[in-house]
Amino acid sequence: MSDASIVLVVLAAGTFLLKSAGPLLLGARRLPSSLQGVVDLLPAALLASLAIVSSVGDARSIVLDARIVGIVVAGLALWRRAPFVLVIVLASAATALTRLVT
Amino acid sequence: MQVIEPDATRRRLRRMAISITAAVAPFGIVFGAAASTAGLSVWEAVGYSLFVFGGSSQFAAVEILGDGGSVAAAALAGLLLNVRSLAFGVIMAPALGGALWKRAAMSQLMIDESTAVGTASDDLASRRYGYLVGGLGVFVVWNLTTLVGFVAFSGAGDLIEDLGLDVAGPAAFLALLWPRLADRRQLVVAVAGAVVAVSLVPFTAPGVPILASMSAVMAARAVGPWRPSAPSEASDLSGGQSGE
Repeated sequence: MSDASIVLVVLAAGTFLLKSAGPLLLGARRLPSSLQGVVDLLPAALLASLAIVSSVGDARSIVLDARIVGIVVAGLALWRRAPFVLVIVLASAATALTRLVT
Repeated sequence: MQVIEPDATRRRLRRMAISITAAVAPFGIVFGAAASTAGLSVWEAVGYSLFVFGGSSQFAAVEILGDGGSVAAAALAGLLLNVRSLAFGVIMAPALGGALWKRAAMSQLMIDESTAVGTASDDLASRRYGYLVGGLGVFVVWNLTTLVGFVAFSGAGDLIEDLGLDVAGPAAFLALLWPRLADRRQLVVAVAGAVVAVSLVPFTAPGVPILASMSAVMAARAVGPWRPSAPSEASDLSGGQSGE
């Protein structure tokens, strides 16, 4: 077996355990309401960090480049209540345009 | 099939899922190309996309292997990037009920995108629907584009940058976050999460900042006692009108 295949098997098995632990162990059981209050807030932290890290992160450094223009345009579009698809198109176009002219 | 939610909600979720899926496609092509460059076979490349199914961890593992890294380093880096799916699982679990095998099957779709669409609604049926359309859409497209990228592309990385598509993901996450920000507690947590994540980027392995950002829920304590937030505010502002 090649190295890539060994990593594939290990990574796939480990990842599946991580992905399925919640649904398999908790099932549709309701969490106590105080804990549920915390869980309800997790997506806000996760979505914010995913958005910002992929906007300014580059491996282990912070890089401010054309992506910033895109994410700011996305913010403006959202503020103007633009639909989801348009937000993404405008953000990508703004970043592409910035790269073109700089 | 539940019939409680209006079709409009499902249409909105489908539209979100389609945009997110489209945003993922170029990255699938890049992954396929990267796997080919790293010396994987086509079966291994598609195997990663089918069985690991987690963009950042696949990239990390394949990149480390391509650079001559050890099996342990590649597997560990990949796993570390997927630890957050444990949290996603806890968040999504109430919406993913059913027989054991069904829950296991649905869990395979537990990624950033499916969780993001899944948490864009309040009621469990809509959350499940959003999770499944988002997850299945990305799953199908990710695997197909992996194959296409492996067979047909190299240098696809330039294409992504030229078209500004590297900002499509972050923009989508911001758009999904946006409606939550109307709630003060959610806003505080989002800002704190962003600050925690960004400040850790220079010091930790990729993936750790996202994980650590979850500690930001503690910041909500400053605003008030724990209680299930009223998520009704969190869904309807999203994306403005669903029609264009």
